[in-house]
Order: sequence, then C-alpha cells, then structure tokens
Amino acid sequence: MSAEQLNGFKSGSRLERVLRAGHFAVTAELGPPQAADAEVIRKKAALLKGFCEAANITDNQTAIVRMSSIGAGTLALQEGLEPVIQMTCRDRNRLAIQSDLLGAYALGMRNVLCLTGDHQSFGNHPTAKNVHDLDSVQLIQMVVEMRDKKTFQCGDEIKGVEPRFFVGAAANPFGDPFEWRPYRLAKKVEAGADFIQTQLIYNIERFAEYMQKVRELGLHERVYLLAGIGPLKSPGMAKYMRDQVPGMDVPNELVDRMTQAADGINREDKKARAEAWRREGIRIAIEQIQQLRQMEGVAGVHIMAIEWEEAVKLLVEGAGLFPRPEPASVPETDTGLTQ
Amino acid sequence: MIVAEQKPLEEIKGLLAEAKRVLVVGCGTCVTVCFAGGEKEAGILATSLRMASKIDGQPKDVTHTTVQRQCEWEYIDSLGDQIREADIVLSVGCGVGVQALVERFPEAWVVPGLNTAFMGMPTEQGVWEERCAACGSCILGLTGGICPIARCAKQLLNGPCGGSQNGVCEISKDLPCAWQLIYDRLKSQNRLHLITQIQPPKDWSTSRDGGPRRITREDLRLAAEVSE
Repeated sequence: MSAEQLNGFKSGSRLERVLRAGHFAVTAELGPPQAADAEVIRKKAALLKGFCEAANITDNQTAIVRMSSIGAGTLALQEGLEPVIQMTCRDRNRLAIQSDLLGAYALGMRNVLCLTGDHQSFGNHPTAKNVHDLDSVQLIQMVVEMRDKKTFQCGDEIKGVEPRFFVGAAANPFGDPFEWRPYRLAKKVEAGADFIQTQLIYNIERFAEYMQKVRELGLHERVYLLAGIGPLKSPGMAKYMRDQVPGMDVPNELVDRMTQAADGINREDKKARAEAWRREGIRIAIEQIQQLRQMEGVAGVHIMAIEWEEAVKLLVEGAGLFPRPEPASVPETDTGLTQ
Repeated sequence: MIVAEQKPLEEIKGLLAEAKRVLVVGCGTCVTVCFAGGEKEAGILATSLRMASKIDGQPKDVTHTTVQRQCEWEYIDSLGDQIREADIVLSVGCGVGVQALVERFPEAWVVPGLNTAFMGMPTEQGVWEERCAACGSCILGLTGGICPIARCAKQLLNGPCGGSQNGVCEISKDLPCAWQLIYDRLKSQNRLHLITQIQPPKDWSTSRDGGPRRITREDLRLAAEVSE
C-alpha cells in the first residue's frame, strides 16, 4: 500500500488515526508469556480490545525471554487488537531489525516502538552478549527512512512495498540528567518519531516541569506524547518502584495513600487488603489521568498494567474515556486488521 | 595499558593437567604494571603451583622466567632452550603474549594463566577501570574525552538512556553513567551543542566486527618486503 493510498496517513494505523483526529488516545501494554502459549495472548487481548487504540507488545521485556513481539502481535491482530511492536537494540543488529520489520509489516503490523532495551544483566540470561549496533535514536531514524525514503539503512532502495510504520519512541522524564531529558526527547523527535510513550509517571509536579520545557522547545507540536500510567497494586509495589527501579520517581504521599488504603482491615484478611489496595491504586491512576489530560501537550495516556490487564478497563471507564472513538477510516486493507 | 588478572589456581591446575615440567613466562610490560603477570607474580605463581602439585601427590618441576615484552618476537626468541625443556608453557602475559609464544614456538603447548580484561588505567591503588574499547574510529572529540563505547553499558552514541540516575548506571551503583559524565563535562566546557546533533549509526567495520584487524605502514616496512 503506497503513501498515496493512505489518505495522507503515514501508516494508517488506528493509533495514528485517533491521534490525528485530535482525540485523547489510550494505549496499553500486553506482555507475552515465557512460553509458546497462544491462548495467553488471546485472553489478554480480549481484556484490552475496545479499551485502547493499540497495545504495546513487549520485546523480551527486562531481558527475559518471552514470545516474540511480532509473533504475539500477530495473535493480537487476529483477535482484533492493534499491536504496537516493540523493537529493542539489545538483541538485534541493523540487518535483523530491518528484516523483522519487513515481516511485521507484511503480517499487518502498523506501529513500532523503538527502544534501546533493558540491559541483559537484569534478565534471565545475564551472560548473553548484547548487540547495540544501533541506539534508539538511530533506530527511529532507520525505520522512518524505510518508510519515507524507501531505503534500507545502507542507502539501498527498497524495491517493492516499503514498511510504513507509525513510529514511536520512549522517554523517561525522570532519568538523569533531568535538565537534559527534554533535549534527548528533541533528538528523538528530530530523528522522526511520530509518537512518544513516557516512563511511568507518579510525580505529576515534576512531570509538569518537564512538559514546560518540552513546550518551550515546541516538541509537543511535532510529536504526540502519551503519558505513562501504571496503577499501583500494593504499598510494597509502590515502595519497590520508589526505591529500587532506576529512573522512577514515586512521591512518598502515594506510598502513604496506598498503605492507608488497608487501614482498618484485619491483617489476616489478605484478600480484602489486596482488594482495598487495588481499588486505591485504580483511584490514584484515574486522578492522574485526569490531571495529565489537562496538561498542554499530552496527547494521551499509555497504561502499563503489568500482569493486571483488567485494570485497563477500570481506568478507561473510570476516567471517562470509554467508549473509545471510532476514527475516520482508511481502506480496510490498510489497517492491518483483515487477515 | 592492557589490564589482566590471574585465573583461579584451580583453573590453572586443570590447564596444566599431567605436565611434569612447567615453565611460567611473565611479561615486563602492561601486566607487570597491573600486578598480574610480571616477574614477581610469575615467581609467586610458580611457587604456588609447585606446592600445590606436591600436596596433590604429583610434584611438578615448575620454573619461571620473565621477558621484557612478551608481545614481540625479538624479546621472546631467547626463551627457545627453556621452552624446549618444558612439557607445557604457562604464559602470564596478556592474550597477545600467549599467541606470540605460540607463533614463535609452534612445537610448544602454551596455556594462559591470566584473563586479559581490558584497556584501562588505575583510578586508585588496586582499582583499574576500562577506558578504551579499540573501536578503530575515535569519537572522543565529540564526547568531551569520555568514551561511551567503552564506558556505557549499551554503547550508546545518543545517550543517556532512561536508566541513568544520580550519576550511576542502571546496571550497578558502582558504575558511573558515562553519559552523565559526558553531559557534565560538556556543560562545564560550554560545549553541549556537540551532543544535540544526532550521531549516525556507527561504522563497526573498524572494530572487532570487521574481523581481526591489521595496520600496515608502508613507510615503516623494510625495503625488501615492500618491493616484493
């Protein structure tokens, strides 16, 4: 499908169409299993379908071997859930990445998220050799040029159907050096990223500071920025994120709210406590979505409900984002949803 | 310098296996400076192996010698007689030294006593850190003299990644984030513009990825060889 047939859309993906139509977008995350189990993907896809425009399919997240993003994405697509293929630089060189993207496009994928990748020392194969032939900025550039210049990274022409992806990138507003983060985002925008999904945001004030700078640089007018949301499951999770996860900023106030959520519930009644924590986690996340929605330059939210896909429905409904909009369509063959 | 450290004694004993006469060969250059395989370390290792072999009930005849530079044939030529008398040669030079011995004395069985680690420098007494990855195409002029290829866990050319926090890398609290160092240095030099440009994909063909590397300097070659 050539660019001309896409009615001006770069990829024609549902995510792109919703964003271009000016709707506040919702993306979610689907983590593939550590096994060749198609049913897991189908079940998770069923929970997410209709509550988001597209779902990221992680690529060996935290460097743990899982079903491939493209394989799981194909299954998601069959279930009617649009995937965002995640592609990291850790496991593949420029040959493998381009070849996988050709395959992904042929299978109907239309969104790709370009990532550096978690270091292998975090995962279950810490003795593996990492690749890092490209970094995430160079990866964005490569995927954009495959689409817009119809060339491979080496400069050779793609003689045939070029993969036309809606190209995403990640941003961590809370990594250090904090004052450099908007400039690093600028590099990703300059490389041609169409949309950005941020790291989980818990410290809204600090994120607002970051967005102020993003707006000063005019980046919000050049890229769709989806703010990362992750409902907290328990005070333990909140503390872990606050203390152990690099690049994460969880204010103490949220940890306290999570702790207090189970006040008055018998310590022995673990189920009731867990439910109370989860309810509070959802409540906090809904408040955050509403705050982020008011922020100029935030085009949507990216909900990362790790192994808690049911939460997406609760958040989307709770934040008044349901039903999801039905954007103007491009010819059905473009959407990747007809297989 | 090339920085190396001695292999565990058990591993070395395994490499020596049935050999009766062992020659330990030290090197007087890099591995002497990093206290891994100089004259002193070669001597201590020879003594340890002698004692260990006695305890194990199979005493070995372990001798040692050290050359000034194990990576050049002219410095190792003199070892011929000692090597011929040994069943096995245990090199405590770097990996280049081991291979120089193998190439000069093809009839000998040479095994490594060190793990060659990296090119680096001592940053305090007893601590060495990597500084150069020999990628064959130096970009230190862009990064304020701090190498992201050698010092960033992901070799990023457009860093830092999201895992940089409080100046350290996500993989270890003991590892400074190379890109934080680059940022701080360029900021202090008022040269941050150097990293606002996108660095294109690197040409890794000059690195190990291009296969074993070779440099030929025609101006230095002997006339006879050049005219061939």
